Amino acid sequence: MNTQAQGTRFVDRLGRVYGLYTLGFLAFFALMAIIEQFGVGARTIGVLFLLFTLAIYATIGWLSRTMQVDAYYVAGREVPSLYNGMATAADWMSGASFVALAGGIYFGGYPYLGFVIGWTGGYVLVNALMAPYLRKFGCYTVPDFIGTRYGGNLARFCAVFVLVVASFTYVTAQINATGTIAARALSIPFEVGVWFGLLGILLCSMLGGMRGVTWTQVAQYIVLIIAYLVPLVWMSNEQGFGIIPHFGYGEAAQRIAQLEAEYGLQPAAEAVAGLKVLTTAHFDPQTSLDSWKFVTLALAMMAGTASLPHILMRYFTTPSVRQARKSVGWSLFFIFLLYFSAPALATLTKLQLLDPTLATAVVGKAVEDVMALEWVKNWSAVGMLSVVDQSGDGIVQLNEFFMRPDIVVLATPEIAGLPYVISGLVAAGGMAAAMSTADGLLLAIANALSHDLYYKIIDPQADTRRRLIVARVLLVGIGALAAAVASLKLTGILGAVAWAFCFAGSGLFFPLVLGIWWKRANREGAIAGMIAGFLAGSIYLWWTYTSGETWFSLDHLRFSIIGMPVSLVAMVVVSLMTPEPDAETQAMVDETRIPTGDSILAETH
Amino acid sequence: MAEVSSETRQAHWRKTSTLTYVILALWFLFGYVVPWFAKELDAASFLGFPLGYYFIVQGSLIIFVLLIVVQNIFQDNIDEEHGVAEE
Repeated sequence: MNTQAQGTRFVDRLGRVYGLYTLGFLAFFALMAIIEQFGVGARTIGVLFLLFTLAIYATIGWLSRTMQVDAYYVAGREVPSLYNGMATAADWMSGASFVALAGGIYFGGYPYLGFVIGWTGGYVLVNALMAPYLRKFGCYTVPDFIGTRYGGNLARFCAVFVLVVASFTYVTAQINATGTIAARALSIPFEVGVWFGLLGILLCSMLGGMRGVTWTQVAQYIVLIIAYLVPLVWMSNEQGFGIIPHFGYGEAAQRIAQLEAEYGLQPAAEAVAGLKVLTTAHFDPQTSLDSWKFVTLALAMMAGTASLPHILMRYFTTPSVRQARKSVGWSLFFIFLLYFSAPALATLTKLQLLDPTLATAVVGKAVEDVMALEWVKNWSAVGMLSVVDQSGDGIVQLNEFFMRPDIVVLATPEIAGLPYVISGLVAAGGMAAAMSTADGLLLAIANALSHDLYYKIIDPQADTRRRLIVARVLLVGIGALAAAVASLKLTGILGAVAWAFCFAGSGLFFPLVLGIWWKRANREGAIAGMIAGFLAGSIYLWWTYTSGETWFSLDHLRFSIIGMPVSLVAMVVVSLMTPEPDAETQAMVDETRIPTGDSILAETH
Repeated sequence: MAEVSSETRQAHWRKTSTLTYVILALWFLFGYVVPWFAKELDAASFLGFPLGYYFIVQGSLIIFVLLIVVQNIFQDNIDEEHGVAEE
């Protein structure tokens, strides 16, 4: 009970605690900037940044330790909406958002911007269809809702299965990202970096469960948003776009379109493996096929957003239904701060490289001058950038400048000639983004297995102590498995992330939505919907990925466009062919739809 | 606490549903219709941006945030009106 009392006092002092923390982080940043002036090397600063932030997260994780079931699973349902919004934003914005989004926009142009719309618009669905009702339900996990609403262990098990596949796909990508960043900052091999990253992740989540993860995610959000905005503001100020470039970079975008027309967007004469040259126009969709690809990608990502359990379970932690709704608004606001900055960052970085009137330009300059630039040398040395004079004219052409999309955010401070302390900050931000998402995902998987599979299905007699020990053993075991898979480097960061959204959308979207919005939906229908949707999506993914062919240009990034309709049809048809749910279940749905009254499931269950 | 009557529940849910459908219609407009016609909209410009591009990188995102805020304000009113709002 002692920890509960501490928790309550902590909740009352949140503003002061995180205010001091933010000031402390800024002071640390200033200190690093000063010691850089005194000649401390770039490597040391990078290491200090990483270790300092990790030490803070670990401290929060330790202070949040608990042996209570509701604190472990839903942070004691005492997280105010503002802080839950920040925690959700950190939970949500993965290494891919932080590191790869701006690079994707840089190279992908209009078709890629479907991710930006999809990963923000999904929250409208979360708020309109899911979050307040699931909060009222009072479940610990997403399969807990499916299992109680539809009844029966098979429905619960199907939900656990889809959750594990989707979240595990996602978490390997995040552990991969932590490994990449740790390896570079600490100069250790990638395979070691992966395990180092996992250690940091477990420090946040193992002792305190959801409570520990919540309060570290708030701290991680603060680090990642500072790390994203500071370089952008700095660079924009130097380029004369003011300190808030977001509303004024339209001219930069127009200028890029003009330069692209001048240079011509041609593929490279000879490709360099793993690297890209710019071939897609900055913003113009070229054909109606582009529009089709845009909306299908956006739909797949939005439905995935509204079905991914590590996001939905964040809304179980607020004190009330109203706070749950409010915190969806805060979540999207905090996410928006990064998402509307990414296109600005991509545009300004691209302009710096392309515009021959700027000192930082590389395109149109002499090849030997460009090769002599410090940042070009650094990134070329690790094989992430390459300048090859394929036309032999001694000038860098647009299609002779090769780059890995992932490095746009990481290399921007160096391209713009900012001091190294900024690069250290960006690395800490990337680490925070990847760690916070990995924490949420690992916890979602371990909680579903410990609560739904172990406690609800295998051993309903287990006491609290035993349940929480099982939960922790699973957390460590799954983390280790994910790290082992990540060290094999099977997929790129982005591919795996989009797959997770599609798995979740195919299998869980309609069973969750219809569970609240259609009283007639019954157990048989839900099971059919989960199985048919998941199978259809997976088979399509396998077919399109191995054969390289597509139906209606639906590639492997948007396979839930196949899985979701199959899930919907199967669920509706099977529900209508079987008897309607009993009166008790229908009353339960009615009860879910109003904010007042007791939650469906008891406070602790 | 007093039991909520089934008439109240029905009226509350009818209003809640209508609100949700309106919000989702606007969500569809700014999430799908506007991006689909980005090229056509690019002929116009806003704040120095081509209009279609502006919506995709900023305008629609702002509208999404507002849709959630507006829905929550209306939903709070609906809940209070039917006496099912939390304290």
